[in-house]
Amino acid sequence: MGAFQLLSFGPEGWGSQLASGVWLTIRLAVATLPFGLASGLLLAIMINGRNRMLSRAALVFTTIFRALPELLTIFIIYYGLQFLIQAVVDAAWPGTSIEINGFLAGLFALGVVFASFASEIFVAGLRALPKGQAEAAHALGLSRGTAFVSVIAPQLFRLTLPGVGNLWFVLLKDTALVSVISLSDLMRQTTIAVSNTKQPIFFYGVTCLIYLCLSLVSGAVVALLEVRTNRAYRGAR
Amino acid sequence: MNLELLQAYGPRMLSGLVTTLELVFISAGIGALMALPLALARNSRSRLLSVPAKCYILFFRGTPLLAQLFLIYYGAGQMRGPLDAFHVWWFFRDAFFCALFAFTINTTAYQAEILRAALGSLPRGQTEAAASLGLGSWVTLVRVLLPQAMILALRPLGNELILSLKASAIASIVTVPELMQATKLAFARSFEFQVYIWAAVIYFLMVEVVRRVWILFERRLTRHLVRAAV
Repeated sequence: MGAFQLLSFGPEGWGSQLASGVWLTIRLAVATLPFGLASGLLLAIMINGRNRMLSRAALVFTTIFRALPELLTIFIIYYGLQFLIQAVVDAAWPGTSIEINGFLAGLFALGVVFASFASEIFVAGLRALPKGQAEAAHALGLSRGTAFVSVIAPQLFRLTLPGVGNLWFVLLKDTALVSVISLSDLMRQTTIAVSNTKQPIFFYGVTCLIYLCLSLVSGAVVALLEVRTNRAYRGAR
Repeated sequence: MNLELLQAYGPRMLSGLVTTLELVFISAGIGALMALPLALARNSRSRLLSVPAKCYILFFRGTPLLAQLFLIYYGAGQMRGPLDAFHVWWFFRDAFFCALFAFTINTTAYQAEILRAALGSLPRGQTEAAASLGLGSWVTLVRVLLPQAMILALRPLGNELILSLKASAIASIVTVPELMQATKLAFARSFEFQVYIWAAVIYFLMVEVVRRVWILFERRLTRHLVRAAV
């Protein structure tokens, strides 16, 4: 069978399966991003905050999840959540068994790792912002919420964009790991195609190229965002 | 902690730990040796050298390690004829060697990119001054450029080692009997969730040790800068 036939969308080819895999990979990565960013920011605010206990707890959390292999984190969250929820369900409604949603477990696991690394970037970003920004916002009578949304956040976005962009590349590649909890992402669909056609070099090669394209496209988007966020600073350097 | 469980699966996890360390340190070591030529090729003025080096780095940094490992491990089976002809089939038949190979070429790309960035950030005057002193290009590289570049590259290289350590868990997916694989096996047999926690503690400790050792390295490499900083 030729390459064209193997990738066709008909009953003979694997095009539609691979496309659905790509779609799930993209959905998972895009859904993890806001969760990871929000939790990362929350962790950074906790670490920078005045409450000693909260700051310690957040530091311990991020140190642990930065050190664990992503694969192990996925297993721990997938099975751990299952045990936990099963225990709760058993207590409330004995006899029922539940199956945890792989997509949510994957999102949660990848999000926790993303948030742990992002918190480092946000902590550095928050410290790099001059104190005067917050004080000036206060002096203008802005509420803390408004000050954060319209004064701090836009500047933080600019400062942390390169770091967060890197994390996005890592996230995109890490989504391949969720195939181990039987989520039909691109990696798993490729493996299914390989076990049916016995063409590993061709299919894994194509999959590598697809991941590469996703990385290149995201690289272009990050570059565009960087130009846009820095437009006020152009010429100043 | 459950002693019976530890007795049953502890030895296997310990030997898995040894395999993990072998995978990580051998691949990082060979990777370090290959990264420098690759970084130099990437920085070279000759297109013939820089374009292939750039493509290599782009490919291995832009695709998931898992996909690279599958490409090599399952691809080797498909290529058995040619591999046999070159008498290297014994190497690619073994999941451990496949993982070692995949990790090595992967970490080479990352380390080369770190070295390239570090070498590229040195001021041009360093090279020019060395040339005006009559130093050859090899001496310039080894005695002038590399010592300065290593100060910049050390921290990212440490991070890369930690990332490799974490990524080595992926080898379990192709049945290499390393720490993660031993843990998965223990979990499948005992259905005790705590084995995953043990593995987590072991990985955490390994990363912590690398991190601390790296701080010592950094102190040694930057010892001539200490007084200036105070």
